[in-house]
Formats: sequence, C-alpha cells, structure tokens
Amino acid sequence: MSLERFINQAVSSWMSAEGPDSDIILSSRIRLARNISQFKFPILFSNDEAKSVIHKIKERVDDTSFTRLGNMELLLMDELQPLQKRVLMEKHLISPYLAENSSYGACLLSENEELSIMINEEDHIRIQCLFPGFQLLEALEVANEIDDWLEEKVDYAFDENIGYLTSCPTNVGTGLRASVMMHLPGLVLTQQINRIIPAINQLGLVVRGIYGEGSEALGNIFQVSNQLTLGKSEIDIVEDLKSVVSQLISQERSAREALEKTSNIQLEDRVFRSFGILSNSRIIESKEAARCLSDVRLGIDMGYLSNISKNILNELMILTQPGFLQQYAGGPLRPHERDIRRASLIRERLKMENQ
Amino acid sequence: MICQECNQRPATLHFTKIVNAEKAEYHLCEKCAQEKGDMFMLSGPAGFSINNLLAGLLNMDPTVQKKEQDTFQEEKVLQCDQCSMTFQQFIKIGRFGCAHCYKAFEEQLKPIIRRLHSGNSSHIGKIPARIGGSLHLKKNIEELKYQLKDSISKEEFERAAEIRDEIRLLESQLNTNLGGGK
Repeated sequence: MSLERFINQAVSSWMSAEGPDSDIILSSRIRLARNISQFKFPILFSNDEAKSVIHKIKERVDDTSFTRLGNMELLLMDELQPLQKRVLMEKHLISPYLAENSSYGACLLSENEELSIMINEEDHIRIQCLFPGFQLLEALEVANEIDDWLEEKVDYAFDENIGYLTSCPTNVGTGLRASVMMHLPGLVLTQQINRIIPAINQLGLVVRGIYGEGSEALGNIFQVSNQLTLGKSEIDIVEDLKSVVSQLISQERSAREALEKTSNIQLEDRVFRSFGILSNSRIIESKEAARCLSDVRLGIDMGYLSNISKNILNELMILTQPGFLQQYAGGPLRPHERDIRRASLIRERLKMENQ
Repeated sequence: MICQECNQRPATLHFTKIVNAEKAEYHLCEKCAQEKGDMFMLSGPAGFSINNLLAGLLNMDPTVQKKEQDTFQEEKVLQCDQCSMTFQQFIKIGRFGCAHCYKAFEEQLKPIIRRLHSGNSSHIGKIPARIGGSLHLKKNIEELKYQLKDSISKEEFERAAEIRDEIRLLESQLNTNLGGGK
C-alpha cells in the first residue's frame, strides 16, 4: 500500500490541525460514563448480561441511527486481531482496558472517528467525543446529544443524590472526564512547566504526559483533565478546565515569544537540526522521533519552517507507534526493525510535503 | 525500640523495603504507620494502578476500619443484596459490583466519596430526561430559590417577584405530578 493511502485511511479527523487554537491544543475530549440499571457492572456481570448490554445498544442503533455523525460501526473486541485493537488504542479510540481485559467488550465507532462508544469497559457505556483543537464545549454538546439519544431507550443507573452511578467511585456524579491534549514546548524549554504542574494540580485538575512512561512527556505533549466528577455541573467542570487551559495557552505563547527574543538563533538551530534528523535518519527510536517532531512543529508554528503542514506532529506521533508501524509493514516487527521502519515512514512522509 | 517517625511511642511495626536493590528499614508505631500507609502501597507489585491507590485510600479510612470491627463483632458481613459483593471486596478492588452497592454501603461510603471529590457529596449536574421525572422540577426550583436569594441581596425586588411566581408555578406542577403518581 502506498504511504499516502495508508495515511489517509489511518488518520482520524481529530488529528487534523484545524480546530481553534490548534497551534497549542491538539485535541479536546469529553467522556461520559454510564451504566444500565438492570445489569451488574462489568467486573461482576455474567456472560449473558454482557451480551444483553451489547444487544441493547445495538438495538438502539438499528432502531434510529444517530444521523449527525453518519454511520456507526460496531466492533466486537473478540473478533478483532490483536494488531487491529492496538491500532485503535494508539488512535485513542478505545482504552487499553477495553482492548486487553474486557469480557465481551465492544466499540461503536462513527465514520469520522470523532465519536466512539465503548461498551462493557469498566462501565457498561462510555461515550467519548474527540475533536481537533480547543473545542471542549462543542464536544460536550455532542456527547450530551448521544447520551440523550441512548437514554430514550436505555434505563441508566442514576441516583437522585449522587447522580450517575459508576463502577469506580472516582467517576460518580456526572461521570464526566474532560481533557485536552496540549503541545507545550515553550513551557518545557523555559522550564516553567515544573512550576506550573503542581499549581494546576491544586486546582483539582490533573496534568500528565500522554506518551512515554512516568512523569516524562514525550513530544512535549501533555494532557490536562478534571479530577472531580461530583458536586459541579457538567458545564462548570468544562468551563473551569477551559479557563485554566486558556491561561496555559497564553503562558505558552509568551514563553515562545520570550524564546524568540532571547535565543532566536539557538532555537532556529534546534528546529533545523531536528528537521535534518527526521529527514535523513535511517534508524530512530520513538523518544528521539517525538523530540524532533515537537521541535519541527514548534518551528512551523513560529515561522522558521514553511511549506510543511501542521498536521505532521499529530499524525506522526500516532503513526510511528508500534501498532501502526506493524500494520504498515503488514506483519510483526521486532523493536530494532520498528526503529528502521519508523525512520523510513517519517522520511517518506516528509517527502510528501515537498511534492 | 522507639518509633522513628514520632520518636515518642514504642515501635510496634518493623518492615524492610527494597527498591532497586537498596534496602531501607523502618520501625514505626501503629499511628505513624497508618499515616505512612502510602509507603506500603507504593512499594507494591509491578501492576500498581489507580485501583491500588484507591484501595489504599479506602483502607486507611479510620471510620471504615471501625465499621469493619463492629461488623465482625456482630458476625455480620456487610454485603450488597443484589450482586453479593461484600464491603471488604469493594475496598480491595475499588470497584462496585452493581448500582445497588451505592445504597447497600451508603453509610460507609459517605466519607469516602467526600474525600474523593473534595468534600462534595451530592450531584448537581445533568439529570436523565426520561427517568429523571419530577427531579428536573425539584432541581429547577432549587436553582430558582438560589437566584431569588441572590436578587434579594442585590435588592432587585422586581426580578425577585418574577422568580417567586415562577417557583410557585413549578411547585404546583410538582404537586400535581406527585399526586398523579399515587
């Protein structure tokens, strides 16, 4: 398969860099956790109950489809190859838990992949909307519509006092988790991020790197999300997150301005070195690739590099993960072979820009 | 031996922690050991996750521990009558077995939920349209009463009168709804 066709098939709409504030915010996500009152939660339910959950939701989809997002496809985890599951996971469309540990796990996926409904994950239903750029309220609106549409036929587990009942008490109440994925190279380079993360944590929000392990954030990409789900309305939760994220955006912008003023040539050098590595290397590990992609994206945003599309960071961070590389190669790859594949995929992708 | 944390009480718990081949010995009294509970958790097995953290949090709750002792004395195990999950099991895995568990463990849960959600214990967000029923009206009335107070304190009495009328209208609706349900 040609790379261009592979990418066209692999890229979800949220990976495009076309949303508001997309120079810093890669994507916005809303997740609602819901359960059906008549069945036990997935950690305890019987196989029959598990099947009934899928059946109920399938019935709802067949009955009147939710037209706004086009056709929905039902994917049963048991019927997917491990590699297919891995690819869905790397695109953030399903959780690792659904792919690996769920029994009778399934996923309803919209055509443009902006909406996925996970079935029989930790909760019976997890509605997830993933939009490009800074569009939390828009994503919340769509998630709410899907929620209402499901609720017309499905009896939710709900309590007057404590709200939507979830398997884990950390989700009870609204069942809402709102998050944004941010590219913050300016705050990392100026070392402000170490000061900012604890401050944000104190506001009841969580900041973490989404690629890489532990506290390191590969590609300077961070996820900011709400921690509390009870005692605040959905709008308030999202507005609170929005206001903190807006401040982060302006801090990142001023960090970039400061960098341009104080170390213009060093920054330009860094961007072009990274561009050189990406365009020429024959073996590249994911860590180095992530670092260089972040530099190149910063270079594009700050005008050092032109004629390269902004999507490059979003796209290649996803496409150079092990699952995708193996799918592109058409078979399993050892780590060393992956590094070679990754380098060649990046080189080819950059060549497409120059055509 | 004296507890190395508080240097006051005698150390009753002794344990050795080995991280990356580095050995550290701890001698603590019961009280300090409870406060340091996270140390036991964080040195746990490789599959460490949010569940463990949560389970740790639940275990450390003094009211929970007291309740457990009480139930043991009565030889009665606290259990959800719908899915048979016991409170002990819930504490261990940090997950409920079914929606009814929230009712079954209601008393024990209150402090836990409050701790997890910064002191909040009641839902003020979305209400499902179909099964929510009269709850929507109730919440609306609450919201309006709040607005009423607000406009009185700002001395916007015309606006307050409008809100008052609206509340009366909703309350009469609520009464007819409840009456109809009987």
